[in-house]
Formats: sequence, C-alpha cells, structure tokens
Amino acid sequence: MSVTTEKQSFSQDLIASAELSQFTEATASREKAFEDFKLVGLPDGKHEEYKFAPITKLLAKNFNADELYSKPTASNNDLSSLIPKGLGENCVVFVNGVYNKSLSKIKNTSKVVIKSFVEALESHLHVVTEGLTEIAESKDPFALLNSALWQDGLFIHVPAKATGEEPLYIYHLHDATEKKVASHTRLMVVVEKHAEFSIIERTDSLGKHPVFNTINEEILVDENAVFSYCKIQDDHGDLIHVGNTTVHQKKSSRADTYTISLNGKLVRNNLSIIIDGEGCESHFYGLYMTDGDTLVDNHTTVDHRKPNSFSNELYKGLMDGKSKGVFNGKIYVRPDAQKTNAFQSNRNILLSDTATINTKPQLEIWADDVKCSHGCTTGQLDGEALFYLQSRGIPKDTARAMLLYAFAGEVIDAIKDEHVKNYVDSIVSERLHKSY
Amino acid sequence: MSKDNQVLEEFSSKEYEHGWSIDLESDSAPKGLSEEIVRFISLKKNEPEWLLEWRLKAFRHWLTMKEPKWPNVKYPPIDYQDIIYYSAPKQKVQPKNLSEVDPELIETFKKLGISLTEQKRLTGVAVDAVIDSISVATTFKEKLGELGIIFCSFSEAVREHPDLVKKYLGTVVPSNDNYYAALNSAVFSDGSFCYIPKGVRCPMELSTYFRINAANTGQFERTLIIAEEGSYVSYLEGCTAPMRDENQLHAAVVELYAMKSAEIKYSTVQNWYPGDKDGKGGIYNFVTKRGICAGDYSKISWTQVETGAAITWKYPSCILKGDYSNGEFYSVAVTNNYQQADTGTKMIHIGKHTRSRIVSKGISIGKSQNSYRGQVHILKRAENARNFSQCDSLLMGDQCGAHTFPYIDVENKSAHVEHEATTSKIGEDQIFYCLQRGIDEEAAIALIVNGYAKEVLKQLPMEFAVEAQKLLALTLEGSVG
Repeated sequence: MSVTTEKQSFSQDLIASAELSQFTEATASREKAFEDFKLVGLPDGKHEEYKFAPITKLLAKNFNADELYSKPTASNNDLSSLIPKGLGENCVVFVNGVYNKSLSKIKNTSKVVIKSFVEALESHLHVVTEGLTEIAESKDPFALLNSALWQDGLFIHVPAKATGEEPLYIYHLHDATEKKVASHTRLMVVVEKHAEFSIIERTDSLGKHPVFNTINEEILVDENAVFSYCKIQDDHGDLIHVGNTTVHQKKSSRADTYTISLNGKLVRNNLSIIIDGEGCESHFYGLYMTDGDTLVDNHTTVDHRKPNSFSNELYKGLMDGKSKGVFNGKIYVRPDAQKTNAFQSNRNILLSDTATINTKPQLEIWADDVKCSHGCTTGQLDGEALFYLQSRGIPKDTARAMLLYAFAGEVIDAIKDEHVKNYVDSIVSERLHKSY
Repeated sequence: MSKDNQVLEEFSSKEYEHGWSIDLESDSAPKGLSEEIVRFISLKKNEPEWLLEWRLKAFRHWLTMKEPKWPNVKYPPIDYQDIIYYSAPKQKVQPKNLSEVDPELIETFKKLGISLTEQKRLTGVAVDAVIDSISVATTFKEKLGELGIIFCSFSEAVREHPDLVKKYLGTVVPSNDNYYAALNSAVFSDGSFCYIPKGVRCPMELSTYFRINAANTGQFERTLIIAEEGSYVSYLEGCTAPMRDENQLHAAVVELYAMKSAEIKYSTVQNWYPGDKDGKGGIYNFVTKRGICAGDYSKISWTQVETGAAITWKYPSCILKGDYSNGEFYSVAVTNNYQQADTGTKMIHIGKHTRSRIVSKGISIGKSQNSYRGQVHILKRAENARNFSQCDSLLMGDQCGAHTFPYIDVENKSAHVEHEATTSKIGEDQIFYCLQRGIDEEAAIALIVNGYAKEVLKQLPMEFAVEAQKLLALTLEGSVG
C-alpha cells in the first residue's frame, strides 16, 4: 500500500509543482494538455496499459517531481562521438532535448523544410496548431505530459511530389555524465501528396545518471505519399523512454515503420497507425533484443477507419538476462472499414530462466467483410536446429548466434533503406557475437 | 447480398422457444440483501454454524468490493437490493421417486424435452434437477452409491458429508475471489455436489438441469466436484430459462478439484433467455468456474456451448498445479440481436510439463458483441509447459462486433506457447460452392457454421452433442432451416 501512495504522491507533486509559466510559446495547447493530464495523472500498476511497465515507480525512485520539467541544460562534452560514422551526413541532433545547430548537418539542396519546432510555430503556424490539437486528443498520460512540457522539437515539411530526398537522421543525445536529465521533445512530419521521405531516429546517452525522455511524434502521410520511419534505441545509459508516435495515413498512402529496441532501462513505444483513407498500405515491424534488466514495452495500435486497406505487423523479441519484454498489439476495424485485411504476428524467444514476456495481441472488429488474424508464439531455440549445426562442426555458441541472427533477420531484411539496414544489421550481429 | 440480409433478418426475428412460466408456490425470502437475509437462507436450509460463518465472512467481504467494470459489456446498473435471494418450490416431504414429484415439475421437463423418466430409460443419465434453487429429484443415486460415488444436491452434501464440503469448499474459488463469487458465497441457494472416490470411473454422465423459474429470483448455484486419485467423471450442465422482461441475475460458482491422475470433464450447454430482439430482458450470466489439477497427471476439460443469456461473463479456468497435468477449454459462443458475451479462459501453468489447449469459436450475429478474453500464464517453475490457443470469430451482419483479448505471460524459457486468432465472415465462394451443388443458401450456412464449430462440438458427450447441435440449429433457424 505504501508504494501506491508514494507513487500517487509523486504524481500529485508533479501536478502541483509543474510550472507552465516558464514556456512562452503554444501556451493554450500546453494548458489544455496539462488540464487533461491532471485528470489521468501518472499511471500506476493498475493502469491496464501500463500494467507491466512500472514507469511511474522508476521515475519516483530516480527523480524528484521538479526534476521532470526543469530547464534543459547544455552539454560541455563532445557528443559527436555518439553519432555513428557514415550516418551523419544529413542529420539533426538534439542534446538534452534541445535542437543543437552546431552538431546538425542539413543538406541545403533539399526541397524539404526542416526547422526547429519553435520557429515553425511562426512560419507554419496553421499546420502546427492542427497537429497539436490532434495529438492532444491522445489519452496517454505521457503524451499529455509531453504536450504540456515539451522543450523543443522539429518540424519537417515534405512538399508535394518531392521524391528522391536523402533520408534524415535524427539523434536524441543526452549528456548524463554530471547530473540527471529529463527531456521532452516533439516531432512533426508532414509528407504532402505524392511525396516520398524517410526518417531514422536514434537515442543515445553519455554518462550513468538516469535519463527520462519523452518524444511525441505526429506524422501525417497525405494521399499517395510514401513514408518510412525507423526508430532505433541502443542507449548506453540508464534511459527511461516513452515515445508516442502517431502516423496518420490518407488515401492510397503507404507507411513503413520499424522499431528496433536494443538497450535502455525502460523503453516504452506507443505506436499508433490511423488508416484514414481507402487503399492504404501499412507495414510495421519491431525487433526487441534485451539483456540485463532492460524492459521493453511495445504498444501498437492500428485503427482501420476506412475500407479497402491493408496492414501487416511483425514484432519479434529475444529476451535474455533478467530482461522483460511486453507486447500489446491492437487492431481496430471500424464499422465502415469493410474489406480490410489486417495481419499481426508476434514471436518471442526467451533465452534465460529469468527473462519474461507478457504479450497481448488484441483484435476488435466491428465490420463483417474483413480478414483479420493474429498469431503469437513464445518458445526457445529449436534444439534440433542447434544440434544439426553442431553436428556439422559449428561450435554451440556460434550456432546459437546464427539461429538468433536468422530469427532477427526477418525484421532486418524488411528494412528498405540499405544504409539503415546495414547499420541495424551491424549492431544486431555485434550484439549477438558479443553475448555468445 | 440482399438475400443474405433477408436470411439474417428472418433468423434474427426468431423468438425464444422455451419461453413460458409455471406457477410454483414459492417460499421466498423478502427482496434485498443484508446479514439477516444471509442468516435467513442459512436457517431455512438448516445449515451448520461454520457454513453460516463462512457465508457471513463472504458477505462482509462483498460489501467492501466493487462491481468489475473491465468486461467488454454494457448493461444498466444492477440493484442488488431489488432481488429475491431465496425461493424454494414448496414441498413438505422429500420425494422418494418420480411419482412423488410435483406433476407440474414433470411437465416442465417435458416441455424442455428432457423428461426425467425418458432420460433414465433412454440414456442412463442421472439427473439432478434444480428448479428455483432447490434440488427436487435425484436419480440413479443408489446405483452410484454402490461405487461410492456421491452425487447429490449441495444442501444434502452439507447435511450428509459435512467433512468433505468443509474441506474443499472455497479452496478453488475463495469466497473473496471476485465480486460475483463473493456474492454467491454469501447467498448461494443450492447446487450440486459430486465426489468420486479413488480409482473409480463414473459409469454414466452426471447431469444437472438448471432453470430459473420464479420472477425476480436471482439464482446462485454452487457446484463442487471432487475427483480422487485415478478417478474419472464427466459432468453435464445445461440451462434454459423462461421468457422474462426483467433482467435476472445468475451468479454461479463451480469448483473442480482433481487429484493425482484424475480426470474431470465438464460440459455446459447454456441457453438462458437472451432477451427479445430489441434487447429487452434476458439473463445476466456472471459465472465463476475454476478447476484445479492438484495432483500430477490430472486433467480438467471444459467444454461450453453458449447460445443464451443477454450478458455472459464467464471464464472457466484451470490451475495446472500438478506436474504433467493437462487443461483444456473448448467453447462455442453464439450471440444474436443485442446479446453480449465476454468469455474465455485462464490457464495457469504452475507444475512442470503441464499442457493446455484452448479452442474458442465465436459467432456474432445481428447487433451483438462477442469477446474472447483469456490468459495463459506460465510461471517460473513450470518447465516445459506447452500451450496452444486458437480463437476464431465469425461475423454475420455488419452491425455486430468480435473482440479478442488474449493475455500471454511467460516466465519460463522452456515454455512453448502458441496463439492464433482469425476473424472473418462466411466466404461467398463457400456459399457459391454449395449453391452450385444444389444446396440452398440456408442449408449452406448451416453446413458451414456446423463445420466451423465441429472441433468444439465433437468434444461434447454424445447425449449432449445431440442437444447442442439442435440448439445451434435452432439459433440459426430462419437462416438455416
């Protein structure tokens, strides 16, 4: 009981002390979000969506309420080493939640508008406000918290028919060498009609102090546009991350999302795909490979609002050590969304006796002329396959790594961008060879 | 398509066939619920002190609990003070054979097509008929007695076998387990008790027919089945209820206890009054059913065919405690008009090498909502546990809904858990294929639905399978013929 009260009081502390007056921009939407946040508060262990992710407990343990919204601090260390070589040519870097122009390199040949969120509030006010209202409708406590307390963000506008653009890398770096860091970042991407664009996002940090990071992402993919989004978490510090990503798809658009979670203290990804037009195609893939006491929680929702669309989901997990994997995949098919095809698959392998997996694939169907299915498996490595490889003279550890690599390969192979694919491939294989 | 709709409409307008009421002189408690009522029920049934205490404890706990809101169902709030918690058909002397039983009761069974005499003669099934909370006739008792099998009403068990009841009551479903289990524990009226001694294979299917009869009477049965080491029993439960306008609450508790190498097979055909086609009336069926495989190599198998009740809320579960124990759950749930069903199972794997299998088939028609909610939990020490779950939903009509909420929690790496679910409608190509071969549309739908539910229906004991198929055909009548 005492733990619950402690958590509640942490939530109350936060509500009581949060100073919205420090912000000068978008104050109306902040206040509305904060009013909504007050109603829900930080989720406790009984919250259905946060049952297995004790974020509030971790926050209460590691932070004081006022540390969650303090002004961002600059970093004195050189963080450029955190940017992987070869992937930094067209990139935007955030340091402790603030857009860092000196580390960012944006190719100016591009037609794409990339600017800080605060600047965009002036130049693209209309688009931004609309987006803010939409995400404010989310009932997720951390999405609301972010909407109230965001410090900085990025606005990306891809004009109509813009194709062949270079992918954009976004790095969220945190310097926790000296003190704790809490950052709240937003991202808004508007891909106009017939345009094509792709984004790769990655978080990382220096130092061992706890880092709390929330990111709200609002992505609008307009008619016939193609968008690809890859989120990589391979954080070297004690990261507590909550990401809320909403992809809004219009008629005949296509979106591919990849969520790769490899490290961190507690990583929670809320991915929500809204199919709001006919003839859409949406693919979303996830890979979580965890070790130590990492907890990765993926909540995905695909909301079919219009007919004749297709969605396909594949999430795979490898849990080792004391790590925990959580998966919740929801498929909603609204009454109007006839002729929807929606597929979902979640496969997990537990590698140690102390690792756990909680999964909840969920279908909610209100239309009759649909084909929907989900499958979910949990098991261990196939003993016979392992034996086969060993009998051919391959050492057990290598054989194991090979099999695990093949398991993860299904997701990696689905990544279309060659650079990203090679990059993910290299970190995954490095991980596998290091561990086995 | 229009013919499709027409067929569905005809089918949707099919009224409940078993709707009638018989005037039995009720010996009822006043409306409402309080400690006095709990004492009244206990007194009425001449219960020993410990049972009264047990009821009161459950009642006091119930007062502190809140009605669960998580099921995916909607209904107006229930006024628990507007329910009569006890009513018994008036009978001065316990009947020794059928001829002494109230002829009106016999008539009741005849209307249902399950007359006791016929059951006795044709199928050899022993029937413990529960009408309005009290057991009226128990047959084949002597025959079972020879084998040492106890099969009687719950109140009789309390009188005759208090040690057994005291030892096992509430061990599988504790009195504070959930809101409705606590309510049942406080006010349960009667039910069935079954005890199979060591090494005995029960030679016949044991069966109970429940009916809700007097208006405004919530029925709170309690069933307790104990299978000793190496024994086997197959138990059948079936329900129909007369047409009513007020919603009736039905909160039963079923506890199964299987010792080493014992096997319990529990089959249900549920056909409570589902409300009329505008969603008025109907039974609220909030049931807690749970079995424990306490010993190694034990097995519990649940089979259910759910066609009735305005709201169904039940999760027959297995606690697989013994090593190598086995749990099974087979379910067909059909919802029509405004019916809502939230049903599924829980498989808790505690012992090593435990296995479970879940097959759930949902059919939603009209404006109904059908949900599967289940949990497979593999605990840390459950080495080599194995689970397979399959949940399929069939949608007929564009205003119904099918929902799946499976929870899979695995804490042991050697576990092997598979889950799959599909949602679809009857394929036009399938119907076309049948039409092409001279099978009309109604028969085609019947054929396809029967095939869809076959995997579950074949699990039912023969005597029951006939009734279940009849019931399914009846539910689909109009569209099927």
